[in-house]
Amino acid sequence: MVIAGEGAVREILLAPHPSLSRTAEPVEPADPAVLSAAGDLLATLRKEPSGAGLAAPQIGFSWRIIAFDARRHPRSRSAAGETVLVNPRLTEASRWEDGREGCASIAGLTGDVSRATRIVVEGVLPGSGEFVTIEADAFEARCIQHQLDHLDGLLFLDRVPGVLSLHRRPHSCDA
Amino acid sequence: MGLSAVTVLGVDRPGVIAAVTGALAECGANIQDSTMTLLGGHVAMMLLVSGELDTRELTRHLSQPEVVVTVSAVEARRDFGSPGTGIGYVLTVHGPDRPGIISAVSAVLASVGGNITGMSTRLTGRLYVLIADVDLPAEVDVAGLMRRLAAVGSGLDSEITFRPMEPDLL
Repeated sequence: MVIAGEGAVREILLAPHPSLSRTAEPVEPADPAVLSAAGDLLATLRKEPSGAGLAAPQIGFSWRIIAFDARRHPRSRSAAGETVLVNPRLTEASRWEDGREGCASIAGLTGDVSRATRIVVEGVLPGSGEFVTIEADAFEARCIQHQLDHLDGLLFLDRVPGVLSLHRRPHSCDA
Repeated sequence: MGLSAVTVLGVDRPGVIAAVTGALAECGANIQDSTMTLLGGHVAMMLLVSGELDTRELTRHLSQPEVVVTVSAVEARRDFGSPGTGIGYVLTVHGPDRPGIISAVSAVLASVGGNITGMSTRLTGRLYVLIADVDLPAEVDVAGLMRRLAAVGSGLDSEITFRPMEPDLL
């Protein structure tokens, strides 16, 4: 996908920043401010060490925009490539499995979280407003669901299934 | 057969657990339940051990450099291991670190007879995280409890989620 212009690399907000606990608002994909935010999200994702995914609230925009790129992760199967979705919506989810994940907004902790390993997500591309449907599995599916949670003000901490599922160490597949 | 509760707290280094459990084995102690974790770079371990044990002798055997060990005789619980009547929930609290988070949340749970059966807290940067396994009596108004927890969380500038455990009983 192509977003015109170079976005700005923004600071990734760390929990307990209040922006990470708010429900993000739907946005107009053709709005120049939304296009700019999408560019910033992508530019920030490209600089992020894991490079797997980010959601707009993590860079201070309480808007329903996510970016992801699962191509580099060793446990990826599907990989739609570098993608930014506006107003994304999970329409199908199946085959739930536990997996350990971290978050760019939570330093030093990981958690075991049950996620669907096969999903369908719909959304629109910033700028063109083109409607897209993405089928994802394995790590890409986990990454997308993690980013969707950010749009609802949820962190992986809100999904760990018990005391023994929270871990101190960072993890290589931080979503 | 007697039961003893052993606590181990000290500077974390490779071999601490091996040394403690080795000493227990030499004393003929049989480890039943145990848990171990790291607390801010300190090893913390609690064990329930059985055997005909002399508390003083066991303490002497368990002595390690930079490690504090305590041994106490405890009575066996007759209802140990019996199935509880409670319903399992998971509580998550996360927000800025401040004094009183655990006491405020646990007081709400205790007021309805909720029993915390496991708890872990972590401080990372400014973020304080509390995860607890909670058993609730079946008659508890869970919706009302969740409203009270949300109010407590709001007062602490923290997010609280409270959700049923989802055990897969096979």
